[in-house]
Amino acid sequence: MTEQRTRGIAPRSIGTSLDRVDGPEKVTGLAAYAVEHGADEGVSAPLSVWLVTSTIAKGRVSRVDPSRALAHPGVTAVLDHTNAPRLEQTDNGELAILQDDRVGFRGQVVALVLAETSEAAREGAALVEVSYEPEPHEAELREDNATYKPDKVNPAMETDTDEGDVDAALASAPVLVEQTYRTPYEHNNPLEPHATVAWWAEHEGREVLSMFDSTQGVHGVVQALAPMLGLEPDQVRVRAPYVGGGFGSKGEAHAHVMATVLAAQTTGGRPVRLAVTRQQMFSLTGYRTATISHMRLGAGADGRLTAIEHAVQEQTSVVREFAEQTASPTRMLYAAPHRRTSHRLARLDVAVPSWMRAPGEMPGMFAHEVAMDELAVACGLDPIVLRERNEPDLDPETGKPFNDRRLVECLRRGAERFGWADRPPEPRARLDGDWWIGTGVASATYPAMKQPGNTARVTSLEGGRYEVAIGSVDIGTGARTVLTQIAADALDVAPTDVELAIADSLLPSASVAGGSSGTSSWGSAIVAAAQLFRADHGAVPAPGLHTTASAADDPASEAYAFHSFGAVFAEARVNRWTGEVRVPRLHGVYSVGRVINPRTARSQLVGGLVMGLSAALFEESHRDPRFGHVVTQDLATYHVASHADVLDVDAEWLEESDEAFTPMGSRGIGEIGIVGTAAAVANATFHATGTRVRSLPLTADHFLE
Amino acid sequence: MRALDYRRPESAQEAVELVSSHPGARYLAGGSNLVDHLKLGVAAPDVLVDVSRLPLDDVEEVEGEDGAVLRIGANVRNSDLAAHPVVRSRFPVVARATLAGASGQIRNQATTAGNLLQRTRCVYFQDVTTACNKRKPGTGCSALGGYARYNAILGASAHCVTTHPSDLAVGLAAVDATVVVLGVEGERRIRLEDLHRLPGDRPEADTTLAASDLITAVELPMVDTDTRSTYAKVRDRASFAFALVSVAATLRMEGDRVGEVRIAWGGVAHKPWRARRAEAALTGGGIEEDAVRAAVDEELATATTDDGTAYKVAMVRNTTTMTLLRLAGEVRR
Ligand SMILES: Cc1cc2nc3c(=O)[nH]c(=O)nc-3n(C[C@H](O)[C@H](O)[C@H](O)COP(=O)(O)OP(=O)(O)OC[C@H]3O[C@@H](n4cnc5c(N)ncnc54)[C@H](O)[C@@H]3O)c2cc1C
Repeated sequence: MTEQRTRGIAPRSIGTSLDRVDGPEKVTGLAAYAVEHGADEGVSAPLSVWLVTSTIAKGRVSRVDPSRALAHPGVTAVLDHTNAPRLEQTDNGELAILQDDRVGFRGQVVALVLAETSEAAREGAALVEVSYEPEPHEAELREDNATYKPDKVNPAMETDTDEGDVDAALASAPVLVEQTYRTPYEHNNPLEPHATVAWWAEHEGREVLSMFDSTQGVHGVVQALAPMLGLEPDQVRVRAPYVGGGFGSKGEAHAHVMATVLAAQTTGGRPVRLAVTRQQMFSLTGYRTATISHMRLGAGADGRLTAIEHAVQEQTSVVREFAEQTASPTRMLYAAPHRRTSHRLARLDVAVPSWMRAPGEMPGMFAHEVAMDELAVACGLDPIVLRERNEPDLDPETGKPFNDRRLVECLRRGAERFGWADRPPEPRARLDGDWWIGTGVASATYPAMKQPGNTARVTSLEGGRYEVAIGSVDIGTGARTVLTQIAADALDVAPTDVELAIADSLLPSASVAGGSSGTSSWGSAIVAAAQLFRADHGAVPAPGLHTTASAADDPASEAYAFHSFGAVFAEARVNRWTGEVRVPRLHGVYSVGRVINPRTARSQLVGGLVMGLSAALFEESHRDPRFGHVVTQDLATYHVASHADVLDVDAEWLEESDEAFTPMGSRGIGEIGIVGTAAAVANATFHATGTRVRSLPLTADHFLE
Repeated sequence: MRALDYRRPESAQEAVELVSSHPGARYLAGGSNLVDHLKLGVAAPDVLVDVSRLPLDDVEEVEGEDGAVLRIGANVRNSDLAAHPVVRSRFPVVARATLAGASGQIRNQATTAGNLLQRTRCVYFQDVTTACNKRKPGTGCSALGGYARYNAILGASAHCVTTHPSDLAVGLAAVDATVVVLGVEGERRIRLEDLHRLPGDRPEADTTLAASDLITAVELPMVDTDTRSTYAKVRDRASFAFALVSVAATLRMEGDRVGEVRIAWGGVAHKPWRARRAEAALTGGGIEEDAVRAAVDEELATATTDDGTAYKVAMVRNTTTMTLLRLAGEVRR
């Protein structure tokens, strides 16, 4: 494998709305998701596994009585901490299940039931009798218990930052906004629940573990599991040909994956499969912590910021740490000489939080961008003018120049399309029948990320065709399609001449489909391999030649800060009798580098806007601190936007190409659509009603008069 | 897997006999509530008596004992009920309440009787790992001091604070509907208002029916053409959400004065709440904003709230005011 410096590629298929290459399989139902694989792929006569989960939040399992379960027809085995296979490593507390009797949160896996059918397994699970020695637990995030300072915040950022003299600057600031903003627990809830199939076999005298998993990264699953199981990575094979969404919750292996693997270890080679229920997803597959953001903005009367402080309180789990990087966007968004950010956590006896769509940026930008709206009001400025006045010359966080910062253009372009100029400056100025009407704006930003560890392989086939292989996963975003386009343009052939092989850990390694980094990271590796292939084998290669390469870092790019930007505009209507909020218009304008496929890009951005709308108005997981688990644990009680809520939602982007970042000119699309959206909606509800709501979701009760 | 006996009786009579002779038997109609409960472990019947194919699916005007009624068969699907021309023209409150419920797919599946007898959506009732007096009498009420957003503010007890989730039932309460029941001792009629009960110390009983009582129809006394009616449902999500509160109202004006007003509330109690005190306060007067607010406050005099439900007082007051002002506007027009 070689590291190859890439050159920019000439877009031909890139920039066109190539149909999704896997569209026909999906709409005809032929695409097989994790638990749907059959005997032709090695999954013959699988046993079903059902999880038994704890009904206390903290303590010990004193006894597991499997006798009634084992007596149930079809049940073949019950595993608990006394008889489950042992792991080699147990430091990942989320994955090291059934290794001891400790219970760290309500909903933790305490036993597994294997059975001939999923129905028998489920009934068996209900018949397992678990006794506990409970201990007092703490499951509530409060300002007075979120005091623990983590070493870093996700993924490896500084916990605190402090520049200048924030307190002095705030004390002397002519205008001060000092408020606390809150976001609730949120759950990712992809359409396809988490699911895994696993079986063990022997191959040339070595154990081999094979899996189908609904995951955002097959190599990540191998890397997480192999050392825990005492295996070399090449003894584990994970495939994920189709995945029904993840939104971060499938970014890392969760406990159910280990449950399936442990169960499969006991069946003498017979495959086992497990699909997590929707209710179980609320304690086992990750979520976003609730956040409390204490914001202080100091500014001159002209709105120019002199000081920004963002102090975050949130939670993690005692079982495994995850510290959401909530203040991270505040570090780079606007200019101000004095700036301070911090993160403090409550370590609770609760399920393990994890990545959820724009971790950090999403809750952090809600706080910051509502605070900016409050500052605009305090200074008597249009919110767009306020943001223009606080544009930094250099990245406030690193001091580097931005490669391409077009936030102001996004704001201006959006204002023009949205009709911002007609907006009355005062809130509570327009009543249409029973509805107060208002508009709001917010900035969006998301870092452009390229992950290390990506390699691609190009192989010449008969008839001028090529196989392009990389182990990346298409979680429904359209990655299969855009990687085909990138490969085609990099090889200078038609997309139909590219046979893309993905989603298998036997293929060259690929980073996770997360952080909006997939297309940049995998695409750059594909371009590197394609360009090296051409250099080695020419334009008309014999069939069967291949080249494997990864993209070398471009040292020149070290000089820049790379971020995407956007501006979100919302119109809100608030019923003057009932307080109900509806959002008839939601428009975003984005600067994201070159758009590789306008159709799939639009789906990502519009989808992000809808997700942001959903967070603005509805999404909230209610954790009952008395029990420790989320009690709104299905889609009838955890509300996401319905069709009737999604009206005129639209996204557009600035034409551009960022070749300093990737040879395709793209920077990454996905999470930026959700960032800022909730703030834009909240700001619009303030403009409509004059009532400032500083916590999500913006439910009707806040606006009752 | 739990073995279940599934029976499909030929007649209503046979259905009643089957359920009365099997203590563990339950009627099954569209299944959109009961099947969920089987999966969640909330219900564990050993016999399902499928009544959905019994010929109880007509909507027809018939002569009742006290005059003409619109008779709606127990198996009329929610979608068909909402679309029926007589329901739409004479009982808009019923059509709108039905359409306000669930989603298109569920309304295609859900039956009239099944809708009335759907059980609470209280998150603790549906979570078998928490205590619930309604699911398991005597275990305690987890909703007290817990997630309260959908809890009752009227008529709750120390044993249960939940609300009845049906929209249709609220619409029917406002039009003085009667439920036709076939029991082991033959047919009888119950006022819809008396079908559901307050929890008291027996929250396990949602209704006054016996387990083997089969609802065969619902009857709506025909109304004058000068009676207007409508249904307002308040919810955060624009569709596919249970009511935070809802208001069903009918109004007949005599000149500028209220001839007859009927008001029923959803989302506030263990049953559709007929606001009789408010009705009495308004009858004979005009429909003005202050008068409606005052009448509502009279009805709410006994309301009890906590942090989670406090919002409902203002929400019910405002929504009732909005609804009656709209109806009065329609009348004057
Ligand atoms: C996600 C979701 C959202 C929903 N939203 C709403 C909403 O907003 N508003 C609303 O009103 N409803 C809503 N519903 C509930 C829905 O309306 C009910 O599930 C449905 O009306 C039940 O009717 P069914 O025929 O399917 O009843 P089943 O599930 O078959 O039965 C329900 C109960 O009625 C009994 N039963 C049925 N028929 C008879 C009979 N003839 N005589 C005696 N007993 C009988 C059964 O034994 C059972 O106990 C929602 C449901 C879901 C799943």
